[in-house]
Amino acid sequence: MIGKIFRNNLTSAILVIILILLAIVFYAAQIGHMEGPVLLQHLVNGISLGSLFALIAIGYTMVYTILSMINFAHSDIFMISLYFAFFSITVFNMPWVLALICVAAATPLVGLLIERLAYRPLRGAPKNSVLISAIGASFLLENAATYLFGGRPKAFPDIPALTRVISVGSVNFQVVSIVIPIITAAILVILINFIHHAKTGVAMRAVAKDYEIARVMGVNVNGIISLTFIIGSVLAAVGGFMWGAKYPGVTPMMGVMPGLKCFVAAVVGGIGDINGAVIGGFILGLGEVLIVALFPGISGYRDAFAFVVLIVILLVRPSGILGSPVAEKV
Amino acid sequence: MKNINGKTVLTLGVIAFTLILAFILNGALDSYVRRILNLCAIYAIISLSLNLVNGFTGMFSLGQAGFMAIGAYAVAIFTVPAELRASGFYLEPMMPLLANIELPLIAALLLGGLLAALVAFVIGFPVLRLRGDYLAIATLGFSEIIRILFTNMQSVTNGALGIKNVPQLSNMFLIYLAAVITIALLHLLLTSSYGRALKAIREDEIVAEAMGINLLKHKLAAFVISAFFAGVGGGLYGALLGTVDPKNFIFTLTYNFVLIIVLGGLGSISGTVIASFIITIGMEWLRFFDEPLKLFGIEILIFRPGLRMVVFSVLLMVIVLFFQKGIMGQREISFDMLRRIPLRFGKRREDR
Amino acid sequence: MKKSISIMLTALLFVSVLPGCQSSGTNPDVIKIGVFEPLTGDNAGGGELEVEGVKLANELFPEVLGKKVELVIVDNKSDKAEAATAAARLVEQDKVNAIIGSWGSSLSMAAGNIVKDAKVPAVGASCTNPQVTLNNDYYFRVCFIDPFQGTVMANYAISKLGAKTAAIIQEVSNDYSVGLASFFKDSFILNTGAEDSIVDTENYQTGDKDFSAILTNIKAKNPDVIFAPGNFTESALIIKQARQLGIETPFLGGDTWETPDFLSVGGADVNGAAFSTFFDKSMTTTDAAKTFLSEYEKKNPGKEPAAVTALGYDAYILILDAITRANSAEGPAIRDALAQTLNFQGVTGSTTLDANGDAVKDAVIKTVEDGVFTYLDYVAAQ
Repeated sequence: MIGKIFRNNLTSAILVIILILLAIVFYAAQIGHMEGPVLLQHLVNGISLGSLFALIAIGYTMVYTILSMINFAHSDIFMISLYFAFFSITVFNMPWVLALICVAAATPLVGLLIERLAYRPLRGAPKNSVLISAIGASFLLENAATYLFGGRPKAFPDIPALTRVISVGSVNFQVVSIVIPIITAAILVILINFIHHAKTGVAMRAVAKDYEIARVMGVNVNGIISLTFIIGSVLAAVGGFMWGAKYPGVTPMMGVMPGLKCFVAAVVGGIGDINGAVIGGFILGLGEVLIVALFPGISGYRDAFAFVVLIVILLVRPSGILGSPVAEKV
Repeated sequence: MKNINGKTVLTLGVIAFTLILAFILNGALDSYVRRILNLCAIYAIISLSLNLVNGFTGMFSLGQAGFMAIGAYAVAIFTVPAELRASGFYLEPMMPLLANIELPLIAALLLGGLLAALVAFVIGFPVLRLRGDYLAIATLGFSEIIRILFTNMQSVTNGALGIKNVPQLSNMFLIYLAAVITIALLHLLLTSSYGRALKAIREDEIVAEAMGINLLKHKLAAFVISAFFAGVGGGLYGALLGTVDPKNFIFTLTYNFVLIIVLGGLGSISGTVIASFIITIGMEWLRFFDEPLKLFGIEILIFRPGLRMVVFSVLLMVIVLFFQKGIMGQREISFDMLRRIPLRFGKRREDR
Repeated sequence: MKKSISIMLTALLFVSVLPGCQSSGTNPDVIKIGVFEPLTGDNAGGGELEVEGVKLANELFPEVLGKKVELVIVDNKSDKAEAATAAARLVEQDKVNAIIGSWGSSLSMAAGNIVKDAKVPAVGASCTNPQVTLNNDYYFRVCFIDPFQGTVMANYAISKLGAKTAAIIQEVSNDYSVGLASFFKDSFILNTGAEDSIVDTENYQTGDKDFSAILTNIKAKNPDVIFAPGNFTESALIIKQARQLGIETPFLGGDTWETPDFLSVGGADVNGAAFSTFFDKSMTTTDAAKTFLSEYEKKNPGKEPAAVTALGYDAYILILDAITRANSAEGPAIRDALAQTLNFQGVTGSTTLDANGDAVKDAVIKTVEDGVFTYLDYVAAQ
């Protein structure tokens, strides 16, 4: 998976998504119990959820590529960013755009802090130690948030510009449901260009490939790793903000499930590949919605869907949909 | 004391002493202290099972909560007296096939362990080909799938309502007997050639394979044995609580055992046992952090609910970062080691 | 070096554990009431509100039988194993005379055998699952139970809203939600006489945030009402997302909705949602209610007391009443007095405990109007 990182597979990514969509629509039409507008509504719901997953999954995939570790604390950085957003709007009365910028600026500090305190001291330590440290950092953030903010949900302030409902025929969706895919697409394009063309981006790829050699070549490895955490945290913050606008209840444990699912999305798409993360996000988002839509009898199993997909992918194609199989480094 | 017979006698003596002590304490202690000490022993069993995979074989599994759930449900489903079942399963009656089967606790525990082992075998076969963190996330996924299955299988598990009236097990002697048996079996396993093969895999998979160790077979064996003990531990856990419901077995439960084996030392039986006691008792002891504290009549504001868990997680991070080897590292407490302690301290004094 | 430090740390921990285990002794001049509630974890919201009521009652009535009443509040972390340990601690270490708790029926059930074996009576404030007190002589509660609540809401839907069809959304991992949904379903089918009057049942897991899929399914079925008992955060999100999807159907729920967080998370969208609960401030029929309301207002100006806060208060004063009637603080004596509770005048109205130890009391139906819980209807106990 360290092989062809950040390959530009945009076309194939889009193709895969379209194929999946077509297959589902075809299936639904076949069984014929669903009317067109209802199916359309489900698809809109799924795309909106999927693009949110995609946004957060990119952060996971970037850290994984650089450090080869699951950043369990990513989901809690996401959670902390929601608290930042909550406080900047309710306590400091910021307009939401300013709040978004402040949160996107403040959240990376948490990411950097975690990297510095919990991951950097263990560089070169066995992989299991780093994994445990990541779990510990996540645990600490959750407990600290519970202690500081209490377990009761904080109501994310309503942002009419984002939450206003648009009706097209009998299909309803919020403005935020269009904003999220646009942001995700924009970030995708920016990141891919950055990684392929900017000097720092190239250095990032070098570190991902082999950081010892990158260091020898004069790359500031620690700086690159910090930068990765900054980018990942900004994505978590933006994703968190949109998440808050869409699902306005902020609790200390709220990051856990979305975090796991987004990591699964990153693995499914092919970890180390930004396009893969986006595809994985869409597969999970759409899949979760469509499983409830097409098989109402098993709606209680919805949360298991992500894990079933994960295991199937790991068995059939361990490197994920877009990842390229690589031999283990000795 | 140097010959093996002497050591064996000594070991048996320690075991007998532990069990007799458990037997005596069972009558002497109040139910609160007894409950905590029982929990220590049960956590030790489950942590040992996790350490077999994570510490001794060098894999990273996060699936213990799922295996525990299987064991706990085996105990809950089969040991509740048949006449009490209908009152619990009031939404949907229990599957007729299961409704009248009643098993003694020991049989249910073993059944739970075997079922967990069977599930581990089925999922381990494909999953164990994965490396490191992929395995972690896949096993975590499995444990969540098991929980969600149990939540939805209303006629077998009673879904979210859980199963109440599980005959309670609070006898320290029985629980400590189970712990001693677990320790003994794992010790025998790990000192056998099989155990050395597992450790070889931990040190270097490729070298181990080159030496003719069948990787998948050995990993699978470790995984299945681990699941068996986790199932038994889960069964004891269910019997200790007296009620079982799927929410108990959310994947974060596994983190407790990860913490224990990290503190005790990845790859140390005695360390795991010590850490189980420290963590379980420590969690209770740290409770005062949650209570308002008044010093000289002034209420210290930082003492409020939640502080305990913050302190606890900070301690965890300190251990992970600064004492990576934990209490015991990969070593064990042995009689030889105990004999050497005075020597070591003497030596240190000389060093100065 | 590091190693010896770690050993020292460990030893230190061990040594300091020992005094911790024996610190609290018994003081004959103090009557202790243990409170075990979720103060952290998923159910922290409910637990905090209940403790608020207990504390208020303790401040107002700090003495019984001439002895000081001391509260011992422990957190059960919304976790069953912790709940059992916490209850055991209250019983064995703190030697409490009675116990209040816990929000969340499964947490209360985990403590069931412990209080029974120790012969320390426990009074639940808002745990509504029938199984809590079943076969347990030492567990009581000051709230009504789910079968009654489900019936109340089904009747309300049929007679007041004229509903002929209903859809159910249940939190499949929450015993409270599943139980209540089932009682509602039975009662609704019985009263409409039509097996197919429940047009759809959808499930979700605790902690889920996106309900668009299940709501789209329900929208296609077009029911007259939607019954969605469950955690307040998830329920508020469900209603919000339903309105965004253009579902105008009225939402009905259970007592857990009556928390400030339901309103703050749901915003304007939860206006019109109706649910059954225990208490309304307009029901100042008892003196206790008047005292409670004025004292609560004094301590929390401008804040509305939640029903569970009132129940926490009631649980405390009921225990004090039982101790007075028994003229003893011994567990079995308090238990006997509790079992004979008849027309006890609490904040939440007149309470009588039946043979199981469950309160037989009236239910209140409330709705949300302009972001405020408003009294809607009143259903007398059966």
